[in-house]
Amino acid sequence: MNPEKKFTLRDAVNQGLIAGLITSLISMVGMVELFSKRQLIANLMTTAQVFILLAPALLSYQSARKSAKNNALASGAVTGFFASIPIIVLVLLASAFDLRQFLVNVSPNLISTLTFGQGPVVGSLILVAINTLIGLLAAILHQLDEKIRNPILTGLLWTLLVGMFSEILQERLRAFFGISFTNLIIRSKALQPTVAVILLVGITAIAYFWGQRGASFSERIANQSATQRRNMIIAQRVAFFVLLLAMPLLLGTYLSEVVNNVGIYVLMGLGLNIVVGFAGLLDLGYVAFFAIGAYVMAILTSEGFLGVAQTSFWVALPVSVITAVAAGIFLGTPVLRMRGDYLAIVTLGFGEIIRIMANSDLLKPFIGGAQGVLQIPKPSFFGTSLIQPGQLYYVVLGGVLLAWFVSTRLSNSRLGRQWMAMREDEDVAEAMGINLVNTKLLAFAIGAGFSGLSGAIYASKLTSIFPHSFNLLISINVLSLIIVGGMGSLPGVVIGSLILVGLPELLREFAEFRLWMYGALLIVMMLAKPEGFWPSAITKRELHAHDESIPIEEPAAAD
Amino acid sequence: MNILTAKNVTKRFGGLVAVSGLNIDLAQGSIVSIIGPNGAGKTTFFNCVTGFYKVDEGEIIFDGNLLNHKSTDLITRMGISRTYQNIRLFANMTAIENILVGEHPHLKTFWAEAIFRTPRFLKEEKDAEAEARRLLRYVGLAGLGDSLARNLPYGAQRRLEIARALASRPKLLLLDEPTAGMNPNESAEMMRFIKNLRDDLGITILLIEHDMRVVMGISEHIHVLDFGQKIAEGTPKEIQRNPRVIEAYLGRGAASGLEAEGVSATV
Repeated sequence: MNPEKKFTLRDAVNQGLIAGLITSLISMVGMVELFSKRQLIANLMTTAQVFILLAPALLSYQSARKSAKNNALASGAVTGFFASIPIIVLVLLASAFDLRQFLVNVSPNLISTLTFGQGPVVGSLILVAINTLIGLLAAILHQLDEKIRNPILTGLLWTLLVGMFSEILQERLRAFFGISFTNLIIRSKALQPTVAVILLVGITAIAYFWGQRGASFSERIANQSATQRRNMIIAQRVAFFVLLLAMPLLLGTYLSEVVNNVGIYVLMGLGLNIVVGFAGLLDLGYVAFFAIGAYVMAILTSEGFLGVAQTSFWVALPVSVITAVAAGIFLGTPVLRMRGDYLAIVTLGFGEIIRIMANSDLLKPFIGGAQGVLQIPKPSFFGTSLIQPGQLYYVVLGGVLLAWFVSTRLSNSRLGRQWMAMREDEDVAEAMGINLVNTKLLAFAIGAGFSGLSGAIYASKLTSIFPHSFNLLISINVLSLIIVGGMGSLPGVVIGSLILVGLPELLREFAEFRLWMYGALLIVMMLAKPEGFWPSAITKRELHAHDESIPIEEPAAAD
Repeated sequence: MNILTAKNVTKRFGGLVAVSGLNIDLAQGSIVSIIGPNGAGKTTFFNCVTGFYKVDEGEIIFDGNLLNHKSTDLITRMGISRTYQNIRLFANMTAIENILVGEHPHLKTFWAEAIFRTPRFLKEEKDAEAEARRLLRYVGLAGLGDSLARNLPYGAQRRLEIARALASRPKLLLLDEPTAGMNPNESAEMMRFIKNLRDDLGITILLIEHDMRVVMGISEHIHVLDFGQKIAEGTPKEIQRNPRVIEAYLGRGAASGLEAEGVSATV
């Protein structure tokens, strides 16, 4: 962090011990053991082993980065070496005493994973050796030239990802290429070693050549005429849309379902992004509008005894959205005069009020209380009921595209600038003639509308809704995904949803540790990349860099 | 004709009377300064005029309309615009975006038109951008439109803030220490710039300033505040000779002595 401070041996040892403690911690909470069942590379490497080595590798890399150039390798190795100490302590303790009495997850299985199945003594030696080696490798990696280092990192990352998701990949490959071909690549849910090597080398090579050629490539793009560039953008967009439309065919039922769930969150995220990201209003009760949208859809379309109109999905959809918008305005009018923390707390309360009301006996005759609303039909399209996730996908996609479109258009308009100005400095924005209440209400109402839309689709997708599906955690999830993706960034919302909603669905072992991972991820994000994975400002400024070439005038000389 | 009239304006914060019974008249098209020691209530008066503070007593009349209970955004729309003592630009927005926000009161399209990109919306945006670039050029920042406000040098930020204030096409411009933190050359340039503003655009300018060279150089009329009360007003010449002013700035006793030595002219 502080470049002037000298990085000493002691710091390297500290880093190592921290890495070891992290690994011990994730071992003791049971994550390592859970993942030991998921093989990355057949008979060679499990996800658990990656988890054990991840913290030492990262912190050794960190040590190498911070220390002076001539002893970077030594620092890395030292960090790696000391990273094994806490783990060895854990192993020895576990073999000497019965730790399971208070640490339920410290099972013989875990110990055997940690010691590579070689018993405490030999295993510990192996652990030291491997950790030191990993630390050294991480340090070497850091010492390499950026042109080589980045491709290697890309290759490693992708190979790991492919390995982690090999089970799903196996299913997909089978669907397209048949069993015999698939078995060449993935057998019993794990990547074949040769394939892993090919992947690693291949992706590294591609990334390397892309890095080499990329510069000249983007130069060539910059040299293109405006029409050429526009044509290329159009071509890209068309290709992208075709890909989006063909997605269910590529993904199959299970993945389509996952994508739908991600899409529901993307839709909510896009709405909350307007409120939090654009206008800077911290809304912690965002789930309220989601619930309102869902309940309106449920009551209007349900074929059960709570249904009042049995209208079609397409009639109920706009009604849900309008109700959510109305609720947004209704809540917004009194509370938007508050600022910052106060607003957050009031909206938090509103979210809870809606959930408790949905759960209450008072409203039970209308919305079913804890029993919820059942028998909500799936949407139908010209007579075909959209039962399959692959069909529902298009409804979700439509909603997301609509929200995306509205968000981009608004953010590039006067209203977007008003929001931005308000986020930057409320007082000055008001002094610029901006009516704060109206501007905030618009953000709140539009955000609520998207959330309502999302809720309506959600209700119809699940066919039954219950109050407990609308708890505070959803508001927090949506807020977290915006933070992880990057405040105010539309692609960031998608990235955030994929990471926070998609990943846990795919790695079902995660489910137990979902909140744990959220916490860890948010802390790491705040420390390492507070602007999010796909920050908006930078992309935006990049776009502006091109505009600058149009009206360049010499700054008028001060006379 | 007076564009702004403050009658007996009083603003209290708890027991502290920040502005007390202040009367100020601004003639249309004039350049007027308010001076006074720190804490004299100058900025508080600005905040009262722009509606950021509500006046406790008295009335402020602008262009024939009573401002007392109007909200800040409405007052801006009526034609008063200001800059701040400590620059308050929208730091993470570009220079052009800053000015575009300033133009807000004059943009008429409904927000939903932005979604459908109606011809009216597109034209308005294009005109607004052209106007913003024109203003940027006017304040001498041409070519810096796409840099973030926070990356601009200090002097440029001051100018940008003025450009943003001008974007709302004000009839009255309030400048809160426009030359604070500038060296003598920059101050002199700013002085010329402010004069041009009035001469080119016919805007009435009220400024708070500590740099006496600037105050004496451009003001047609000066009001001196001390402890929330007006202790003197008049032309620069009159103010320079006023013993109460010298007393407020340098303390009792200094007035007579210094004046006798002829130092007061450089206060």
